[in-house]
Amino acid sequence: MALTIPKETYSGKIYNVQLGSGAKAVTIGGASALPFLSFEGTFPNRPAVALEVADIAPDDWPETLKKAIGGVSANPVQWAKFCQEQGADIVALRLIGTHPDQQNKSPEEAAKVAADVAAAIDIPLVILGSGHAEKDTQVLQAVATATRGKNCAIGKAVEENYKTVAAAAMANDHKLIAMSQLDVNLAKQLNILLSQMGFDKERIIMDPMSSALGYGLEYTYSVMERIRQAALLQNDPMMQTPIVCDIGANVWKVKETMAPDAEAPEWGGLEDRARAWEVITASGMLAAGADLLIMRHPGAMAKTKELISELM
Amino acid sequence: MIIIGEKISIIAKKVREALMSHDPKPLQELAVAQAKAGAHFIDVSIGPAEENGPELMDWAVKVVQEVVQKPICLDTTNIKAMEAGLKAHNNQWGAPIINSTSNEPERFPMMELAGKHNAKIIALTLGKGSIPADAEDRCVIASEIMARGMEFGVPMENIFLDPLILQICTMQDQGKQAIRAVKMFQELNDPPMQTVVGLSNISNGAPKAVRAIINRNFLSMLLYEGLSAAIIDPLDKDMMDTVKTVEMILGKTMYAHSYLDM
Repeated sequence: MALTIPKETYSGKIYNVQLGSGAKAVTIGGASALPFLSFEGTFPNRPAVALEVADIAPDDWPETLKKAIGGVSANPVQWAKFCQEQGADIVALRLIGTHPDQQNKSPEEAAKVAADVAAAIDIPLVILGSGHAEKDTQVLQAVATATRGKNCAIGKAVEENYKTVAAAAMANDHKLIAMSQLDVNLAKQLNILLSQMGFDKERIIMDPMSSALGYGLEYTYSVMERIRQAALLQNDPMMQTPIVCDIGANVWKVKETMAPDAEAPEWGGLEDRARAWEVITASGMLAAGADLLIMRHPGAMAKTKELISELM
Repeated sequence: MIIIGEKISIIAKKVREALMSHDPKPLQELAVAQAKAGAHFIDVSIGPAEENGPELMDWAVKVVQEVVQKPICLDTTNIKAMEAGLKAHNNQWGAPIINSTSNEPERFPMMELAGKHNAKIIALTLGKGSIPADAEDRCVIASEIMARGMEFGVPMENIFLDPLILQICTMQDQGKQAIRAVKMFQELNDPPMQTVVGLSNISNGAPKAVRAIINRNFLSMLLYEGLSAAIIDPLDKDMMDTVKTVEMILGKTMYAHSYLDM
């Protein structure tokens, strides 16, 4: 008797969201089945990988990571070009220097960095604030205006500041990253609130809040699974936005990416181990439905892209 | 739940006048409002229409589908009018529903039409003679109707079994029997049979002040038992809020604080 593969039928589909323009534009989303189940649906776009760039020299990043980036990390424009040369699909500029506890840089300074970076690359740009909800409203407004026409994704819009951040994205034709804290219901609620203020839900990228392997990855995984089930099986229009996973920032803060060889010889050499930690975290997020990954290590990014190619 | 919008009904004076004078506007306004409010099908009830049935149904289906991209629930006892409606129907947005057949011989041709036109069909579990006494009686009738469906080549998933909603003010036990029947109907086939009710019959004869309350609460109990479709007024916000809330509690939609706005 011939084996019949049982197939799930889906009523929903993930929105296509395009970033950037021209030949190097990247479209994410579009899936009509759960991740990589190509016998059940279509996947017009492969998940994209962005490499992260900071607006100030990343002194607090682990040595392994700094070494992999080389001498460009003090200059965001050169750093962004380096990411493009390394084969990143997208550059993710994080304006960490604007945080009041960091260098408290002004919105104008941030806007200049963003505009310079945008002008230096031809791949799409994601622009993230420092994560300080109040400061981000001013910073992202200035940045959105300075990069108008570049079709960036700006964020993160959170419950405390979504109105201002979304208005800035809307006024300057950018896409929006909306983040909620590991909660499917609040993720849906934020998307509803954004829609109610007139922001097109098909221009939102959802950030379920990421974590690193060994440090709560399974929570993010479960939330993403549930979001995708609602989107595809329950045809919930508020859950059909692509998903971004901001993993580099989490991975490069855990012990496994920092402990020297001598401290834990049974864990294997630091360089390979740390890079693998980011790749494995990425692979878990891909399996849960990530459409866009924000990573930090060029080698880990390359390996992840290789994995995606093999899976698609 | 599949919502069949009931507003275009010959019983309503405005609709009756529009049907008589072939004025498309009132029909189209009701169709658009119901589709916007979440109706999946638009019921078009023209009654027996003995004089000009086929022509009237043809006209009504076309004017409604001119303004809404939804399938129609064709509601008439006139076989010729039903066939004209099926022919006029644009299936681009889904197959139409025939409303309705039953176990009364004069309604058998409706099932034949469903087979011939690959339409969905509402089957009232009502036979010749007296009304069914309980849920078990309704299941016996349902089985006979299903067998007839097979004879006419109607796939079981195209049949919506209707437990026949009777007015609670004179037949109080029948409400409970209908709820039981909805549960039992599903077990008559695998995959489960689809079910439908004409909801507002439950409160016929009751004072206006309590009708909406009876309707809403009855619907939530039917939904809990797995009701697939209901003929209701989608413009009734309290009713729609009840549907959304029950579906959310049953886990069919994901909760969010603003779930009622969706």
